[in-house]
Amino acid sequence: MIEQVLSPFQFEFFVNGLVVATLAGALCGLIGVYVVLRGMSYIGHGLSHAIFGGFAASSLAGVNYYIGAGAWGLASAMMIMQVTRRRIIAADAAIGVITTSSFAAGLALLGFFGQTGRGFEAALFGSILGVGDGDVVAVAVVSVFALAVVLLAYRRLLFATFDPEVADVSGVDTARVDALLMFVLAAAILVTMRVLGVTLIAAALVIPPTVARMLTDSFNRMLVLSTGIGATAGSVGMIASYHLDVQSGPAIVLTAATAFGIAYAVTGGGSRRLRHRGRVADPPPVLHEAPAPPVPSGAGHPRP
Amino acid sequence: MSRPAPDPPRVLVELDGVTCHYGEEAVLEDVDLAVRADGFVGIVGPSGAGKTTLLRALMGTITPTSGRVQRADRLAVGYVPQVETVDWHFPVTVAECVLMARTSGRVLPWPSPAERREVAEVLDRLGIGELAQRHIRQLSGGQQQRVFIARALLRRPDLLLLDEPTSGVDVRTRHEVLHLLGELRGDGVAVVLTTHDLNGVAAHLPELVCLNRTVVGAGPPRDVLTPMVLETTYGASLEVLEHGGMPVVVDPVAATTGAASVDGVAG
Repeated sequence: MIEQVLSPFQFEFFVNGLVVATLAGALCGLIGVYVVLRGMSYIGHGLSHAIFGGFAASSLAGVNYYIGAGAWGLASAMMIMQVTRRRIIAADAAIGVITTSSFAAGLALLGFFGQTGRGFEAALFGSILGVGDGDVVAVAVVSVFALAVVLLAYRRLLFATFDPEVADVSGVDTARVDALLMFVLAAAILVTMRVLGVTLIAAALVIPPTVARMLTDSFNRMLVLSTGIGATAGSVGMIASYHLDVQSGPAIVLTAATAFGIAYAVTGGGSRRLRHRGRVADPPPVLHEAPAPPVPSGAGHPRP
Repeated sequence: MSRPAPDPPRVLVELDGVTCHYGEEAVLEDVDLAVRADGFVGIVGPSGAGKTTLLRALMGTITPTSGRVQRADRLAVGYVPQVETVDWHFPVTVAECVLMARTSGRVLPWPSPAERREVAEVLDRLGIGELAQRHIRQLSGGQQQRVFIARALLRRPDLLLLDEPTSGVDVRTRHEVLHLLGELRGDGVAVVLTTHDLNGVAAHLPELVCLNRTVVGAGPPRDVLTPMVLETTYGASLEVLEHGGMPVVVDPVAATTGAASVDGVAG
């Protein structure tokens, strides 16, 4: 039994795939916390579709995937950010236009030049075949970068996510923080697309933080839990993918979805602490019972 | 030989003919206002009058389309948003929420011992020290309001701006919040707040600004809460009585129908 489970580890492609899937799950789980709490799930979903356009263009032009799709993804991320900040048209509609156009461009390019097949399917649904040393290095580098950003910009990211207006007043450059987060998100999608697939990356970004949220009320614990759940789903899903002979993307997402189902069944969909403790009553008043007496005037002085 | 009059407290923020637009629509028009270091100002007006925009102009988060905003050097501003705008499901404890205000200095995510002490001190001062590890949704309305005041105070502000700090809270909590703000003002923090509550809050403040896109009236409540100013501000005919030396605004329509036509006004 154990021999059977360990049998794929003799193949280098599987070990590479397992390392990439574990790191990809952890990376998506980490960044996904911000994606979920900012209500950016649709941006994550759309951005992966937008990067598919870059994948198609770079594969046809013979340009390195990370350079071609990376530049395309970055441009898409910046466009999405501009549109969502300006609020001229509804953000979800604007994201839909930008990302589906890019996805459609990718499909059209591949259809027109006749380059479909395994690479195309792998980009859509994820595959461990073709995951090489370069992919391992790329995911590792982006994971370390994302972790560094989260650690070094922890306070600014948290404040800008929870309360952007007050963060602005308190000296946080929220525009810069948003741009940094979009950059990390685009990079994460870029390096995980081959394993998770365009259509399933959004699930890897959303499910682990959602499960973590059901288990804790603390932001820093949610970050740790979500990263761990993502990594576990990546590794377990990859092993399941080999033994069940299904694509890696669906296997990883279904593993994460199983974790969601268990957490939901245990917590009832809410955080455990909130369910058990509920809302508390007011403590005895710490201040006097009467309203503050009028303070001497001379306060706001309307100009003549 | 008479002693010279003391200098008036320094002006923290001064708006001079400020006009602000959202798109084509003017939200503030030609507003003049100066907030001094000893200020305790209430801004009243109907919904859509531009009260929150006026706070934003004072904070500097909105750029006026015309006019001038002058701020004192190194002015530290604390802002307490409307509780209705807060995501109460966000996974933060009281201590984590308050610590957000510490955005400069330490880079590491976890607080230093000195920061822990500061957070504990400010929470103790506001009477919620024992709730530091609670999730923000587990608090009552008054406690939630105090958490956000604590977060603003951690920045050691010269000027504290509060958007509807007594909205949706009971009478006792309203008293607590007003008393706390009075204490802060006594400690040298200038306070500017918006409110819909004319009798429960506005009448107790030393200075009021009646706003309806532009400043309709400004000064002590006794001078500002008059039928004429209120009618221009709210577009409704209101009566003003006196009780215990303080003005009490009465809505005659609400008095006869039992419905409130203006928030925070006795019917």
